[in-house]
Amino acid sequence: MAQTDQNVQTRTTLKLVGVVLGMFVFGFALVPLYDIYCQVTGANGKTASAYVVPEDGIAVDSDRWVTVQFLTNNNASMPWSFRPEVRSMKVRPGEMNQTTFYASNPAGYTMTAQAIPSVAPFHAAEYMHKTECFCFEQQVLATGEAIDMPLRFIIDPYLPESVQTLTLSYTLFDITDMTASAAAE
Amino acid sequence: MSAVIENHHDDHHHGPDKGLMRWVLTTNHKDIGTLYLWFSFAMFLTGGCMALVIRAELFQPGLQLVVPEFFNQMTTMHGLIMVFGAVMPAFVGLANWLVPMMIGAPDMALPRMNNYSFWILPFAFSMLLSTLFMEGGAPNFGWTFYAPLSTEYAPPSVTFFIFAVHLMGISSIMGSINVVVTILNLRAPGMRLMDMPLFVWTWLITAYLLIAVMPVLAGVVTMMLMDIHFGTAFFSAGGGGDPVLFQHVFWFFGHPEVYIMILPAFGIVSAIIPTFARKKLFGYDSMVYATASIAFLSFIVWAHHMFTVGMPIAGELYFMYATMLIAVPTGVKVFNWAATMWQGSMTFETPMLFAVAFVILFTIGGLSGLMLSIVPADFQYHDTYFVVAHFHYVLVPGSIFSIMAAAYYWLPKWTGNMYDETLGKTHFWLSFVGVNVTFFPQHFIGLAGMPRRYPDYALQFADWNMVSSVGAFIFGFSQLLFLFIVIKCIMGGKKATDEVWDGAEGLEWTIASPAPYHTFSTPPELPERSMA
Repeated sequence: MAQTDQNVQTRTTLKLVGVVLGMFVFGFALVPLYDIYCQVTGANGKTASAYVVPEDGIAVDSDRWVTVQFLTNNNASMPWSFRPEVRSMKVRPGEMNQTTFYASNPAGYTMTAQAIPSVAPFHAAEYMHKTECFCFEQQVLATGEAIDMPLRFIIDPYLPESVQTLTLSYTLFDITDMTASAAAE
Repeated sequence: MSAVIENHHDDHHHGPDKGLMRWVLTTNHKDIGTLYLWFSFAMFLTGGCMALVIRAELFQPGLQLVVPEFFNQMTTMHGLIMVFGAVMPAFVGLANWLVPMMIGAPDMALPRMNNYSFWILPFAFSMLLSTLFMEGGAPNFGWTFYAPLSTEYAPPSVTFFIFAVHLMGISSIMGSINVVVTILNLRAPGMRLMDMPLFVWTWLITAYLLIAVMPVLAGVVTMMLMDIHFGTAFFSAGGGGDPVLFQHVFWFFGHPEVYIMILPAFGIVSAIIPTFARKKLFGYDSMVYATASIAFLSFIVWAHHMFTVGMPIAGELYFMYATMLIAVPTGVKVFNWAATMWQGSMTFETPMLFAVAFVILFTIGGLSGLMLSIVPADFQYHDTYFVVAHFHYVLVPGSIFSIMAAAYYWLPKWTGNMYDETLGKTHFWLSFVGVNVTFFPQHFIGLAGMPRRYPDYALQFADWNMVSSVGAFIFGFSQLLFLFIVIKCIMGGKKATDEVWDGAEGLEWTIASPAPYHTFSTPPELPERSMA
């Protein structure tokens, strides 16, 4: 019977299995695609990794002031005390700025923390260039230890005129368990 | 006709085996269809009991019957069981029964795989239900299982939930591959794609949706598994991952999923309305194109479920307009159904009652969906009972009414007996009243600001919640009547003719009632081209 040609059926089946496998891979491919998308568009307030100042420097826009506010949050049960040295700064776009954040570990054991930055408004995220940030690495503090963590950043002079205030917020995550299990492996 | 088929049947001589092993080992599409339908009904009652626990707790403000932790498990399990255990298997069961009979094929193309895809399900759902008895309780993070709630903060049973979802996914994928291969390769000679009944068309498109998105669901739960057990950080912000990513991947699956649960319903209603309006379906071609358009659009609107995560305004606008666009092909369908009924000689047997109720109530659910698609309004509606009312209107009097319509419509063909029309109509009216009393008030309390997924609420919501709970119990218990009607019909009743319904079109009505164990072992001669 022509209608039950086994070869044709097998071919259709294999093609569909191929689609299934392809879509499974696509599901995982969404992870890096999403990161790239966020970095390109600044969606989600994600900031890029360490910024390298171009050879010929950046022109300072001395005609305008931008207010940069700093926020700190602790995630879930994170017991550290964590705060910015200053709550806000007025800066010139193009100028290098520096501030510090204070963290201390009141817990009775050594902990590892990771700060995750986010910028609001989201579309300003790509204009926040950090040349040095404690968020680029993990922080390990022993019991009672405290640290002043540096942040150096430049606001891009191309920051849209409409943005006069920019908020940089950090959430501090306890990743002690995560790093411990990674070390154990 | 019937004598010819009897002879034919004897030639083949292997009818169903006797006893339990018939059902375990069967590769017959009708047996497997029956298994799917009974399984789905069992899950429908299980998930329904959970819904009644929820509604009983919400009958009055304050905590009366269950602790909040258990309430959360009930909302989660109710959603998962209804979506993956009741609605989807019911449609697969209908596809198994009907697709080969509608296209003149002897069976599904891959009968052994068909058996596997069914028998995976009882294991998957036993595993899911067993979590209720585990330490820490069943999954309690909602059926959408947003990470990190479902990873870092989940009960230990989440791992069993993940494997259960994997199994359900494998089952659906195998079932869908089977449907596509059957439809593409086993149509009776001369039946072109555009000659196929709409139920077959809608299932073909649904199967493609399933094949495309179930692997993504498998991917997202695999990522959860790795986050929980293998130290990755796909969704953990502390490790460099992103919780919002979870929602994107989930809804990339989740939005096509909601169309998976409604497209076959469109096919069913498009078969039933012409029969009882005694007119040909209005706009067959546009129905096919509308279904395909809805399926395509379903892939590019997912983020309307997550307007409040803080998306760029351009993204919100895009997803808002793309979502609204879906109203166009859906409107075409509703128009076609109305036009089919227009000036028809309508009678209102039970399947038609369910089908007409489907058209009206599904449209109400669709319109509340349009309201939700408006971004600024969505910020107010998000995660309120308005959303609950919306998706229950499209799922209960939408998908489930269509499944019941299908059951009444094809039951005489399956069993050879007519169901009890009076009882059927009673079941319809109880369900119709029950559904509306349950879900319509939820629009009001939602707009007034009652959030979903809480076991308690502020006093101003008390009256409508009480009404809603009364409706839920009416609807829930009237489904026992449905069970009784189906069993009664299987046991006996007025004999059905081969055609069953006056003027019903389609190959399934050309074979005997009840449908013999083997049909179309030789391909049928198609009636004249006008069939579609």
